Amino acid sequence: MTILKLILRWIAHPGDFALDTARPFLHQLLVTRLGLPELAFTVVCMLIIGVIMLTFVSLSAFWLIYMERKVCAYFQQRVGPNRVGPFGLLQTIADALKLMQKEDLIPAKADRPIFLIAPVLAMTATFMVLAVIPFDKNLIVTDLNIGVLYITAVSGLGVLSILMAGWASANKYPLLGGMRSAAHIISYVLSPALPVLSVVLFTGTLSTQKIVEAQAGGWNLLAMGPMGVVAALVFLTASTAEINRAPFDLPEAESELTAGFSTEYSGMRFSMFYLAEFINMFIVSAMFAVLFLGGWQPLVIHLPLVHLTLGPWGGFLPGWAWFLAKTYAVIFVLMWFRWTFPRVRVDQLMKLEWKILLPISFANLALVAVMVALSMPKA
Amino acid sequence: MLNYGYVAFFLFFGVVFVAGGLAASFFIRPRNPSAVKSSIYECGVEPVGGAWMQFHVGTYMIALIFVVFEVETAFLFPWATVFRALGRPMLALTEMGIFLGILALGLAYAWRKGALEWL
Repeated sequence: MTILKLILRWIAHPGDFALDTARPFLHQLLVTRLGLPELAFTVVCMLIIGVIMLTFVSLSAFWLIYMERKVCAYFQQRVGPNRVGPFGLLQTIADALKLMQKEDLIPAKADRPIFLIAPVLAMTATFMVLAVIPFDKNLIVTDLNIGVLYITAVSGLGVLSILMAGWASANKYPLLGGMRSAAHIISYVLSPALPVLSVVLFTGTLSTQKIVEAQAGGWNLLAMGPMGVVAALVFLTASTAEINRAPFDLPEAESELTAGFSTEYSGMRFSMFYLAEFINMFIVSAMFAVLFLGGWQPLVIHLPLVHLTLGPWGGFLPGWAWFLAKTYAVIFVLMWFRWTFPRVRVDQLMKLEWKILLPISFANLALVAVMVALSMPKA
Repeated sequence: MLNYGYVAFFLFFGVVFVAGGLAASFFIRPRNPSAVKSSIYECGVEPVGGAWMQFHVGTYMIALIFVVFEVETAFLFPWATVFRALGRPMLALTEMGIFLGILALGLAYAWRKGALEWL
């Protein structure tokens, strides 16, 4: 009975379990019993965390691809994958196995080193971002004090991988796709950064974990007033564009550029781009949840007239469940976008960014600054 | 420092992930290279000329403006972080107001000159 309770508590607070039980146990085993140096202990800890994260990434990518196809199917009044495994759940595994059996083709004229590095960079850049995503209180790989800046910087590396893939393929379609996407992504690096800045200004910290903690009294979406809503909308639009999802999926507009930058990639190399894209979708949605929806905090709605707190109830669901629920809600919205809006033209895309989103987000940032300044006590 | 150790480790793990995937598929994928297979895809037509040629990069101006605004965002990050901690909101507001005002003028200028149009 006690063991069952213990296991339940571990499931509810995996972060506490890792810090209070697993870590000291491992430390005793490695350092006290086997007499290994502290450094070895640290490395083993990192290895374990890394392997857990890798598993999580693979599983959630598989799940996201399945979810995408199912959601898409229901939007089109189809059933979607339903043959392989129960409810077609194993469809993605089957697809992955199929991709693994594909011959690894590299064009003879390709710029070989760059061609080989591009998918590695795409995957690594997305994987590195996951290190600062707070899944729960204590459940974060490393709480960098420059968290959001780090995310902005590292996810910006993704554009390089697309540009490299486009260039190295020595083919006109990927080159045009890569060029287009470079213009597209560098434009849309700015607009997500400014709403992030307004949240940073409001909470006064760059650390992702502290931003979530600051929302204990209410989500930023509402706590920042109308500016919060505007910032959230700009962030959502711009990050949809930043991760190349429809209606902004110009880099791989298949009717114009075949498969865009990934035309010449086959088998596993192609699937790395594909995986990175889905992990990016997870990251963007997680960022949205962290910045505006209170991350792992339970539902707290704090408005002038309405005050709704799930304080005592909030503990009913563990923090990571709140976080994942919010993240997947945003992911669903992103998939919804895809089947609702037609693809925009390149000139419309640029107009949206430079003439609409950028001025709006600048004005919004200024308004948030004024609001924070007014709310501060006179020195 | 340990925090950034994790970052370095994740960099390493990202590479391991890709290498692992490629290694796993290495054992089950066929290898029958041929000249036709290693030519590039151009809808089944013999490719005409190479891909690495000069062509109009319609994004040149956009790239220039981007650099300006991206650097400016980098300047905004420390400002936003210490805004509350500084304790002098009016000073911070005025200074950033001047900074943003100049940038807004720049954007307006680029807009008037038509640099934001896609050609």
